[in-house]
Amino acid sequence: MSLDGQENGDYFAKEPLRPLELERGERLLFRLTEFGRMLWEVGIDVGPRKMLELAETLNYVDVTSKEDFYNALKCSLLPKHEQEVLFDQLFLYYWYMRDRQDKKAENPKGAAKRDDRQMRLPPSERKRLAEHMNANEQHRKDLKAEMRQTERRRKAEERIDEDDDDDANPQGTAYSAIEMLRKKDFESFTWEEVQEAKRLMSEMHWHLGMRPTHRKAPARKGSYPDMRRIVRRNLKYGAEFLELTWREIKRKPRPLVIICDISGSMSLYSRLLLHFIHTISNGLMNVETFVFGTRLTRITRQLKKRDVDDAVRDVSKNVQDWSGGTRIGDALHFFNHHWAKRVLGRGAVVLVISDGWDRGNASLLQVEMDRLQHSCHRLIWLNPLLGSPDYRPLTIGMKTALPYIDNFLPAHNLDSLISLGKLLETIDDSRPARSTAERRKAVAIWTRPSAF
Amino acid sequence: MEQEQQVSDFNTIEDVQRAMFAQRYIADRSLATAVFLALKRRKPLLLEGEPGVGKTEIAKVLASALNTPLIRLQCYEGIDVSTAVYEWNYTRQMLHIRLMEASGINRQQELKEIFGPEFLIKRPLLQAIDAENASAPVLLIDELDRSDEEFEAYLLELLSDFQITIPEIGTIVAKDPPVVIITSNRTREIHDALRRRCLYYWIDFPTLEKEYSIVLARMPDVPERLAKQVCTFVRELRSADLYKAPGVAETLDWISSLLALNQLELVEGPVRDTLGALLKYQDDVLKVGGSDLYKMVQKARGAS
Repeated sequence: MSLDGQENGDYFAKEPLRPLELERGERLLFRLTEFGRMLWEVGIDVGPRKMLELAETLNYVDVTSKEDFYNALKCSLLPKHEQEVLFDQLFLYYWYMRDRQDKKAENPKGAAKRDDRQMRLPPSERKRLAEHMNANEQHRKDLKAEMRQTERRRKAEERIDEDDDDDANPQGTAYSAIEMLRKKDFESFTWEEVQEAKRLMSEMHWHLGMRPTHRKAPARKGSYPDMRRIVRRNLKYGAEFLELTWREIKRKPRPLVIICDISGSMSLYSRLLLHFIHTISNGLMNVETFVFGTRLTRITRQLKKRDVDDAVRDVSKNVQDWSGGTRIGDALHFFNHHWAKRVLGRGAVVLVISDGWDRGNASLLQVEMDRLQHSCHRLIWLNPLLGSPDYRPLTIGMKTALPYIDNFLPAHNLDSLISLGKLLETIDDSRPARSTAERRKAVAIWTRPSAF
Repeated sequence: MEQEQQVSDFNTIEDVQRAMFAQRYIADRSLATAVFLALKRRKPLLLEGEPGVGKTEIAKVLASALNTPLIRLQCYEGIDVSTAVYEWNYTRQMLHIRLMEASGINRQQELKEIFGPEFLIKRPLLQAIDAENASAPVLLIDELDRSDEEFEAYLLELLSDFQITIPEIGTIVAKDPPVVIITSNRTREIHDALRRRCLYYWIDFPTLEKEYSIVLARMPDVPERLAKQVCTFVRELRSADLYKAPGVAETLDWISSLLALNQLELVEGPVRDTLGALLKYQDDVLKVGGSDLYKMVQKARGAS
């Protein structure tokens, strides 16, 4: 049976569809929309417009052929290769498996609902998630109790303070409190201070160094004549060009790629750093974010959520190896092979956040650091441990990576993040020196007995 | 035999598959479906995949199968309206103004003439939707990921309505919308808005059997033994952890290098010497050219 477009049209014109056929067609449409909705729910971008177009498209395909039906649905609804596996699973589930389940179940609607949820997570994962959520709640309760206590304590102290020196400038104390907070190591933050730090972070403004693009825009003074306007403007003078107009190269902020370590040794910092990353990615246009422990996960999409806590919760759901071991070399290897070409174009700045405690292969790390440095405009490494004055990069991981880092900076308190912001702003077109001599020098600074 | 094909001649997916095969392009049924729908629905087809799997080739094959011109727009960073759509011929305009000044034509007339169609230089996109086209051409927008977001945004309008507005002339609408093939190597994500307007197809590396038939279709003179061994070897390479896995284009390249060296089957020495045709990164060459090469060659020979 061929359901060609014209044939279908003719058929339609000749005689109205019999009730059975009409019902069948309607059921297909209904099921298509249901399927589309399911795709949409798991994050595949399927809007009503796409569904309408699909309905049209199916006129050209023999819907009774399973293969063609699948192929047509796939090339119309699936926008991305990454989601192919998901799509295939859902397709199989919806068009093959669910029917069988429906037949068994008395109440198809309820069954469908339950199954939808099952699709998203395998049972083992669901159990884990449930535990995780419960744990979170417990944790939150604890935190709340703790907060109430500290609040009470703080109020009590405040009262004592007030008694002590009544004439102290309240503004001054507030200012110095913030000042102290800025200098304090994240590691020793109390819950309250974390909240305050989050607030301060969200107030930070981020600007990235600009790069020249290859596009030109009209400008008052520029290096390229704007011929189109010149001809228009000078028509009134005959063929003499008296007024000249110009075009100049457009500049755009560089893309930023953040690769953040969330392994066990970083656990004191990682949640707060995630907040920090969230503020950056919402303040800047072009930010890609990855986290790694033993493997690399892209979390750019999760961080797009406006609300910080929502975003961080989403991230923790998607990342499997929170607070596990670290294999920086493997993570960078994966990044270089699968993501570098896609996100490091256009003079990207790379920000690696890690303490350099590496349990992986050092020679792999060296090769991958070298490659990473070569494929980006600037490679910045933030190390929370660097805040301590007697820190030395002695771990094998840090030692191996050090020669390939353009800027090695601390990230242990708010001040260090502010100075990072300043550095990002000043990144210009000039490439940092990456000769062997420079590399040796960079390492030498850190091997000298007193760096500070 | 099927030289004078037209879009309307393709009534089934098999027709498309057959026509592409006649042009020595081996297409899976799923790919043929996507192409068929792109032709019938006149929607752009967005092709993604590793470099060298034959994305660009599809447009060329389609154009010759349909016997229509192929209009190719190679994207690059900084591509803009004046290089992709249209540009005024300024030198001619200036000369014309001088001439008119000399013959004393009034200003209104002057304006009208100067921004007329004869002073317009048509770039690929305008050529593709030009109403003067005898038949709908195939428009290939190659490596869209290289262009900037601004250009992508411009394409949105063009691809949904197939019309271009030139302020001085007016709106030009395609009589018969072109068949649009867009390719991307994913050095940058194509925006969702553009994806939504396209049919999407991911071209994967071919299976062993498919690659073998591609090799035979493209190079009928190659000894079957060599073809089989090469395909097995290349497939083995793709499963290794390489920075850039070889595509079909590299396979074909490699075979012609081996043929140039008069090889009838894989031997370690010549394989080592010609690895550069397959692998384009020093790290990869070092990795493959190491101790395992002999084993891999033996394995490929054993398979044939």
